[in-house]
Amino acid sequence: MKIFLSAEVLILVLALGIAVLRSLPGPVFFPLRAFAVVYVDLFRSVPTILVIYILGFGVPALQLPGVPIDPLFWGVVSLVLVYSAYVAEVYRAGIESVHPSQSAAARSLGLTHLQALRFVVVPQAVRRVVPPLLNDFIGLTKDTALVGLLGVVEAFRQSQIEVAASFNYTPYIATAIIFIVLTVPMARFTDWLVARDKRRQQAGMTA
Amino acid sequence: MSDTILVVESVHKAFGKLEVLRGIDLSLAEHEVVCLIGASGSGKSTLLRCVNLLEPIDGGRIVLHGDEITGRGVDLNAVRRGIGIVFQSFNLFPHMSVLDNVTLGPRKALGLGRGQAETRADELLARFGLADKRGDYPDRLSGGQQQRVAIVRALAMQPRLLLLDEVTSALDPELVAEVLQVIRELASEGMTMLIATHEMGFARDVAHRVCFLDAGVILEQGPPEEIFGAPREPRTQQFLQRIVEAGRL
Repeated sequence: MKIFLSAEVLILVLALGIAVLRSLPGPVFFPLRAFAVVYVDLFRSVPTILVIYILGFGVPALQLPGVPIDPLFWGVVSLVLVYSAYVAEVYRAGIESVHPSQSAAARSLGLTHLQALRFVVVPQAVRRVVPPLLNDFIGLTKDTALVGLLGVVEAFRQSQIEVAASFNYTPYIATAIIFIVLTVPMARFTDWLVARDKRRQQAGMTA
Repeated sequence: MSDTILVVESVHKAFGKLEVLRGIDLSLAEHEVVCLIGASGSGKSTLLRCVNLLEPIDGGRIVLHGDEITGRGVDLNAVRRGIGIVFQSFNLFPHMSVLDNVTLGPRKALGLGRGQAETRADELLARFGLADKRGDYPDRLSGGQQQRVAIVRALAMQPRLLLLDEVTSALDPELVAEVLQVIRELASEGMTMLIATHEMGFARDVAHRVCFLDAGVILEQGPPEEIFGAPREPRTQQFLQRIVEAGRL
């Protein structure tokens, strides 16, 4: 749970940054756009488990001074890097779904490109992509189990330990239930968020 | 002329192979109201978008208050702060209340504090009969109300030039009058305006000068009584004839 929460916040921020980089206009920003494209391509093509192995076992093995060797740290970093690539694409879809006339209206008031993104485009984009964002986060809760491969004891690892000690497979069921209990409320929470937003825009509440 | 606000000189604009503007020359004096008329696709909207620098031009130049704004190194945002534009489809921000729509520009582009921006916004909203709508979201408003909010949003920046792009074309007929009334008021207060419109009766009333655009050039221009009463060009006559036949003049 700790793995999931810390990773989720970092992913939301990093992914948005990457999606924004990719939306920057003009030839000046070509290097930043290219970086965003390469980043997304790279981390979507390498299997998550490989990234976790490379960073979780590989980096600490280099024994670089000042670099953390905590497998939990590298597990979270791996998940953040991989999931940010997916989530950046979700954000990008949202940003591109906002009609260009919205951006034009904002720019016509004298707002800069970044201000138009921040105050006009991104808020609308994020509202539209809440359901697919949740989809990725359910994937994330489950992939936290992969961090167990580095020796970090999360729920799945714990259940393996129990099973090995007792030859009784019930702990696996218990772990499955834990994951269900974690993800179903998130799904309902998203439904609630989307419904609330709809209500607000239609009911003319005071902001 | 010393009080010239805007000069457009042989402006060209193409989208791919489609030449939309093929050498537009136009100037606007302070307090002048100029209406652009012409068929859809004649370049009216594109011209307005070029003046507001929402579209880069391919040739010619545009001069605002004596400074060329189409050259290199011009601060687009600074230019746009001084020019208001109102769009055919309103383009209000649907995730913000009316008040936030109106105060966004003054707060973020002009750097006004929230209190000052809201005072200014409330004054304008009250003036145009929208005071009770300040907390509403745009979806709750009628088309006419939305367009009036869009006009207020542009006015809140205190522009010296206002561009109106077929602002009544997306409205139900019974809502057109309330929006035109707002524009008439602005004209009587001396706001400098460049208006693309299909409302010929309105253009005849409010404009000091009417320009007929055809295929990307201004074919004919003059005082409204001349353009509507005795157009010289055959194309203008033809266009107006069709408008009359459609019962719109």
